[in-house]
Amino acid sequence: MYIEVKDACKNFVQDGKEFTALDHVSLEIEKGEFICLLGPSGCGKSTLLNALAGFEKVNSGSIKIDGNEVKEPSINNITIFQNYGLLPWRNVQKNVELGLESKGIPKEKRGEIASKYIELVGLKGFEKRHPRQLSGGQQQRVAIARGLAVDPDIIFMDEPFGALDAITRMKLQEDILSISRKEKKTIIFVTHDIEEAVFLADRIVVMMADPGRIKSIVTVPLQAHRDRTSKDFLYVRDKVFELFNMKADAYIEYYI
Amino acid sequence: MKKLLSLRNIIVSLAIIILIWQLLFTFSSYSSALFPSPKMALDAGIEMIKDGTLIENIKTSMYRFLTGYLTSVITAVILGLILGRLPKVFQYINPAVQLLRPISPTAWMPFIVLLFGIGDVPAIVIIFIAAFFPVLLSTVSAVGGIDPIYLKVSKNFGIKQPSLTWKVIFPAAFPQIANGIHLALGTAWIFLVAGEMVGAQSGLGYQIIDARNNIRADILLATILIIGIIGIILDGIIKLIEKQILKSWGGAQ
Repeated sequence: MYIEVKDACKNFVQDGKEFTALDHVSLEIEKGEFICLLGPSGCGKSTLLNALAGFEKVNSGSIKIDGNEVKEPSINNITIFQNYGLLPWRNVQKNVELGLESKGIPKEKRGEIASKYIELVGLKGFEKRHPRQLSGGQQQRVAIARGLAVDPDIIFMDEPFGALDAITRMKLQEDILSISRKEKKTIIFVTHDIEEAVFLADRIVVMMADPGRIKSIVTVPLQAHRDRTSKDFLYVRDKVFELFNMKADAYIEYYI
Repeated sequence: MKKLLSLRNIIVSLAIIILIWQLLFTFSSYSSALFPSPKMALDAGIEMIKDGTLIENIKTSMYRFLTGYLTSVITAVILGLILGRLPKVFQYINPAVQLLRPISPTAWMPFIVLLFGIGDVPAIVIIFIAAFFPVLLSTVSAVGGIDPIYLKVSKNFGIKQPSLTWKVIFPAAFPQIANGIHLALGTAWIFLVAGEMVGAQSGLGYQIIDARNNIRADILLATILIIGIIGIILDGIIKLIEKQILKSWGGAQ
């Protein structure tokens, strides 16, 4: 198995109260999968992602990627954050080149690679702009280009579209889906938006809070190209709603 | 238009000062040798420009000022970048800094003159001390306060020291460091005069002492005005530099 989480536990002490973010969580992910970690706040989905990405250590259990224990962040696994994490003093081009610099890639080649990914995320012509001159959606596109530029094996995304408006969010969801098909990356995507998860994921890991744990794993039986309004899509979405007990008990029939 | 307006503000403001000065001169009973008129101060200024003493003293003072200020800023920023990343160490250094900081740099003067003698060094050392603490403290707090996401991203992309400092930490902290550097400029300029009044035989500060010794109140007042004007010009220059650099941060903060 490519990514293997075994019996991971993580406790925090917050305001003098102990708080279990991960309670014996086990999960296996195959190479090339698009996984969504879905759940309400406090369910440990971000903690699990941070542990996978190497930013946090679990208290017990093990997390392995490609057979190696995760100890620290690696340039092979890039995380995309909700607040983008772009360097405001660098323009778009220079931001995308950031990871290439520490990989020791020569200047000319860096420019070439950066241009390629800037174009891929649809920001050709914005190379000389600074992050502050871009919209939230465009900034996140830059962050995605920066991540892709170092050719990582895995991309971790921590509620990456959470700060964007609904329309921009949908556009970015479509783009990340097509990018993930094109670039064949393993993507682990944290969200609390059920529709987002159904739209993107091959499998949805449904998590519950208090203590943070995996409730179930839903395989999404949809095609690569997904239609938010199709019957199948709504059916899967419905199933996930049920898992959160968010459907009314009595089925109300109504006509439009 | 905005520039024009501020120019008018400046002219009116200066006119008020000169008017009050002139009125005080006209209606006070002091002898004009002790309290000269604006015209007399202006004449004294022109006299000093003509005989070259003014330019010579400005040159001397600027050399001392720039030497002291720039070495101080560079040292304080480097130290601040290091200490800002070592909060545990800084906890032990901070009390000493807080103890030294409120001491007026001039209090060190007798000691400095004893150690280094009269000349360029005392003024440079005073300016160094005056600029050091504001820059050090603003750098440490700027480094401690940078958004943790920059560090997370750096870690993810494998950016290690020393690249981490000059590619990420310094630019992230720069706007706040620049603020400290700007503040320190004013403080340092104030203490240049104090330093030269005690520890030197040349420069603008010495010119004040010299004017007093020769009972030339007109030269004294002319020198005071020149010190003020140079202070404004220095402030304007650093504001301009600050603006230029912050521009490359992609606009206003």
